[in-house]
Amino acid sequence: MTIASLIDTPSELTDAASNKTAIVLMTRIRLARNIAGRSFPGWAKPAQREETLAVCRDAVAATSPMKRSLNITVGELTELEKQILVERHLISRELSGAKSGAGVIISKDQAFSVMVNEEDHLRIQVLRSGFQLKKAWTAINELDSALEEHLDYAFTPTLGYLTACPTNLGTAMRASAMMHLPALVISNQMEKVVRAVNQLGMVVRGLFGEGSDASGSIFQISNQTTLGESEEEIIKRLHSVLQSIIEHELNAREKLLEADAAKLFDKIGRAFGILQNSHVLSSGEAMNLLSLIRLGIDLSVFPDASRCVIDRLFIEAQPGHLQHAQKGEFEPGQRDLLRATRLRSEFANFVRPDFTFSTNGKN
Amino acid sequence: MANPLKCDLCAKPATVHLTQIVNNKVHKVDLCESCAQAKGVTDPSGFSLADLLLKASLNPEPSMAGVRCEQCGFTQNDFKKHGRFGCPACYEAFKTLVEPMLDNMHKGTTHTGKIPQCALARKSLYDRLTKLELDLTEAIKSERYEDAARARDEISQVKQSVPSNPKPAR
Repeated sequence: MTIASLIDTPSELTDAASNKTAIVLMTRIRLARNIAGRSFPGWAKPAQREETLAVCRDAVAATSPMKRSLNITVGELTELEKQILVERHLISRELSGAKSGAGVIISKDQAFSVMVNEEDHLRIQVLRSGFQLKKAWTAINELDSALEEHLDYAFTPTLGYLTACPTNLGTAMRASAMMHLPALVISNQMEKVVRAVNQLGMVVRGLFGEGSDASGSIFQISNQTTLGESEEEIIKRLHSVLQSIIEHELNAREKLLEADAAKLFDKIGRAFGILQNSHVLSSGEAMNLLSLIRLGIDLSVFPDASRCVIDRLFIEAQPGHLQHAQKGEFEPGQRDLLRATRLRSEFANFVRPDFTFSTNGKN
Repeated sequence: MANPLKCDLCAKPATVHLTQIVNNKVHKVDLCESCAQAKGVTDPSGFSLADLLLKASLNPEPSMAGVRCEQCGFTQNDFKKHGRFGCPACYEAFKTLVEPMLDNMHKGTTHTGKIPQCALARKSLYDRLTKLELDLTEAIKSERYEDAARARDEISQVKQSVPSNPKPAR
C-alpha cells in the first residue's frame, strides 16, 4: 500500500459511527516493546537504529494483520504526510520529528499501526471506533503474540516488558478512550472530573495527547501506571472509570436540558448558523462548533446518521487534512478561509435542526 | 579555586558548602545547587546534615556514580539528563537506582501481566546451551572427559528441542 492511497482511504475513526460511538469516539491501546540486547532508540547510534529498524520492519510486515500494509520510513514521508498521519493518530508527534532510522507500518484498514524507533523500539497500536476496550485488547494481544514469535523481547519476570522510560515498565500498555464531553465542559465540571479521574490513577489529556488543548470538548482518558497490575485488570479499571464518566456526562446533559433547554438549543442553533455562513474559521472554533452539532445529534436535534459526518469533519478540519484536500501550501490565515469554505459547503446540504423532538422529550 | 569541589551526591561543581556539628562531631558537605535544593538545604529550618549524611550513606545513589552499563555504556548521570535508560540491560546495572523509584511511580513493583512465552522459552534454551558449551570447554581443559561427554550429550539434546524453524510460515 502507498501513502497516497492510504490518505485517500477513510480512516477507522471516520468509519461506522453509530449510537455506540455517541460519547466514546474511539478506543486505543498501545504496547511498548523492545528487543533484548539492543540500545533504546534515544541512546542507540545511527547505525544501530538502522539495524533495529530493518529487523523490526521485517518482523512486523510478516504478521497477518499487516498484510499489504503501508511500510515506510519517516524519511520517506513529506511534512504534510506526517501531519496527516498525526491527525489520524497513526503516528506520534515524536515519531514525525525523528531524523533517521525510524519508521511506521500501518495496516490497510488503518486499525493497526506499529511505530519503530519512537521512544521504544516498537510502539504497537490498535484503534477502534467507539467504546471497545476488550475487542481492542484481544486484537493487539494477538498481534503482539505473533510478533513475539519472531522477535526476542526485552523482558524480566519482575519488571515485565523493559522500556526506555521506567514509567512504562510492566505491561508497557496504555489503554485510552477519546471521549466527547460537551455537557461537562458547558457546566464547568471538567476540572472536578479531571481531579477525580487522577485520583483513580487515570490521566486526562486533550485530543492530540500530552500538552494539547481540549478543543471540541474531546478528551483522552488513559491509565497512568503499568506495573503491578495485569492488562485485564487495567482495562477493567479503566472501563469502570469511563463508564462513570459517561454517566456523569449524560446526567450533565439532562440537567442542562432541565435547567434551560432554550439556552442549550440556542448554542446548537447558532453553531449550525455559523457553520453554514462563516467565512473565517480557526481550527479551535471549528472543533467547538462541530462539537455542539454532535451534541445536537445525541439529543435528536439532527438525525443519528449525521454523526459520522461530524466525526469525519473533526479530522478533515485539521490543518494537514485541509491542506491535502486543497493541494498546495497555505498560511495559517488562508487555512482559516479554506476551512470555512469547506464547512460552508458541507453544511449547505446538512439536515436542518429540528428542536421539537427534544423539547417533547419523545426522542 | 584551582580545583573546584565536586558535589557529594552528583559530580557537578559544588556551590553550597555546609558544616554542622552533630554529637560533637564535625560534618562537612559540598553540594551543587540542584542537589542542595532537592535535599532541602536551602530551607534552614527543616534541614539536618545528619539526616543527609545518614541518608547519603544508606542511599545507593552516590555509589552508583561510577557505574556504567556494560552493554551500552550508560551512566547514572545520563539517566538524570534524559530520564530514560540506554538499553534493556541498564535495568540490571542500575537496579538499586530503579527499585526505589517504582514505588511512587506504579501501583505495584512486580509485573503480573502478560509474559512473552516464545521469547522466554527461546532465551532459556539459549542460556542453557551457552552454559553447557562453557562446561564442555572447561571439562576438556581440565581433562575431565566423563563430564565433557555428559555436557556434549546434553548439548545435542537441547539442540534437538530447539525447533529447527521457529518462524512459522505465514
